[in-house]
Amino acid sequence: MQEHAATSSARSRRATEPFQFVAASYLIRIGRQRATNLGELARHLRTCPDASIFYHTFQSLESHHYTTFSSDFAQWVMAACNEPALAERMAALDLREFVSIADLRRSLVQAVEDHLRSFPPAADRPAFEPFHFCEAVEVVFPVELRAFTLAELASGIRRLSLHTLHYHLINSRLRLQLKTNDFSFWVEHSLGLPELAERINRVDFYTNTLEGVREEVVRLLESWDSP
Amino acid sequence: MNMSASVPSPAPARRAPRLDDYVRIIGPGEVDELRALARRLAGRSVKMVNSTAVGGGVAEILNRLVPLLQEVGVPTRWDVITGGDEFFQITKAFHNALHGGPFQGGPEWFATFLATNEENRRRLEFSEDFIVVHDPQPVALVVERDRTPAHWIWRCHIDLSHPNSEVWEFLRPYVEQYDAALFSSPAFTQGLPIPQYLFFPTIDPLADKNRELDAKFIRSVLERFQIDPQRPILTQVSRFDRLKDPVGVIRAYRMVKKYHDCQLVLAGGAASDDPEGSEVLREVEEAAAGDPDIHVLNLPPWSAREINALQRASTIVIQKSIREGFGLTVTEALWKKKPVVASAVGGIPSQVIHKVTGMLVHSVEGCAYQLRYLLANPDFARQLGRNGHEHVKENFLITRNLRRYLLLFLILLNQR
Repeated sequence: MQEHAATSSARSRRATEPFQFVAASYLIRIGRQRATNLGELARHLRTCPDASIFYHTFQSLESHHYTTFSSDFAQWVMAACNEPALAERMAALDLREFVSIADLRRSLVQAVEDHLRSFPPAADRPAFEPFHFCEAVEVVFPVELRAFTLAELASGIRRLSLHTLHYHLINSRLRLQLKTNDFSFWVEHSLGLPELAERINRVDFYTNTLEGVREEVVRLLESWDSP
Repeated sequence: MNMSASVPSPAPARRAPRLDDYVRIIGPGEVDELRALARRLAGRSVKMVNSTAVGGGVAEILNRLVPLLQEVGVPTRWDVITGGDEFFQITKAFHNALHGGPFQGGPEWFATFLATNEENRRRLEFSEDFIVVHDPQPVALVVERDRTPAHWIWRCHIDLSHPNSEVWEFLRPYVEQYDAALFSSPAFTQGLPIPQYLFFPTIDPLADKNRELDAKFIRSVLERFQIDPQRPILTQVSRFDRLKDPVGVIRAYRMVKKYHDCQLVLAGGAASDDPEGSEVLREVEEAAAGDPDIHVLNLPPWSAREINALQRASTIVIQKSIREGFGLTVTEALWKKKPVVASAVGGIPSQVIHKVTGMLVHSVEGCAYQLRYLLANPDFARQLGRNGHEHVKENFLITRNLRRYLLLFLILLNQR
């Protein structure tokens, strides 16, 4: 691939291993845990299934563009507990920095515990409405769509549902255990374009809708003409 | 008060929408993936069972869902259980009791309930791969489960958060025999030992009640009901029922009226066969008497397009229920990009995220204050409407319901 990269322009490169698109879907399973105040939230955050942490953080990013915060936990802490400082701290946990749910869980618990140490009465103050822990049950399978070139990758991304775009771009970070996404990983390793891979990885999914993210990634792929 | 029920006869039925008709709403990728999910269920079949073929939200959902399942290649049969008046009186009492009301039945009611379920079990065939039983009326059909290889699913459309314990303890052993239970909100569930999944109720964006309307038609509806299009219109759409608090809405409107020259529309279904409904309608008329800006509209059942037009013409949509199921009238309003002021009850908080997709309230006074706030801040109100539309698009459309069922079937298949 490196030899290939040195002798052809980015747009004409053809990978030997294609990018395999998938169809990703999530069904929400209702958990048994329920928090009616911050003390209970802290307790359940320590013990709830990994799939709950995933659902209320990574998965909620899919629809965060119309909510104030990108995490369900932060949204509830703000809207139901009226604790803006804690909500902001929980929302500020950058999912790009986490490659394991265990690390993310530790940070969430830490945020709540620190807050309750500073404001102990907040632990028992009843929330405006309870927080119901849920889990995402993921169903993923490969589809016929594959890409060998940047143009084919861009065309495929245009066709994806938002769930699948979210899967390739955001959930992939946990799967790859790297601070990157499926598209960047393939562009770097199969097309030999690390700079483009980095540019894709920098597209900000916090301050954009998923449609906006899609447009930005496609624009990068279609306009990239560096050797 | 302006009261009218003048609605032309039902319009001729239109062609039922096909999956491709939804592409312009949800995009080609979503539709591709629905078909791809369905292909993985090739050779599998589904039976839906409920207690009525017409009327009510469940029948409305199945009327759209069953053809879509068929279209994507999952043969689906819809069976309706039969029973006498006594059975349906008992199930109505169960329904009210499961919503937390009192229960005055005795052991003979439970016996009649089980006998009717048994008659239906003997009458129906259960040869499909997935049996989806809707609501409590046919719940005891599950005793057939061990005689079939099928996966049995209970779809509960009602709020079970505070059930009457006598009725729930009678039904619970049947519910626990299912492979999964589906609820409309996490808040509606009970601690069951079987997996529970979140299945939001959904609306059909291409149905008469929700599809885009010609501006001329909307104007004509306002003219017909003598509603002024130049002044703000506050609307609540719901049957005339004390649990929808229509008199409370009038009180809130009066508080708003001191600050804004607005109108109130209370549009509800015909209540002639419901003695309590007629009584509530009279109370509403009395409360509205003497104010020409309150429009109490008692509409016939074929008024879907008129309701749609009234919602689209509204400045703000209200749903000040005291108790609520999921509140699909809220979903309809959000889909039409309307700012919504609604009570934080039932499934409404799943739809109205406070200050994000609408405003949640807990009292007449709170309702009035938020109405005033939105009338004074139209940019914020428009943003709520836009957010609400996106929220519905992502969670509460019929295509999402189809996707959830396909996913559930795949998950259950993989579990065995």
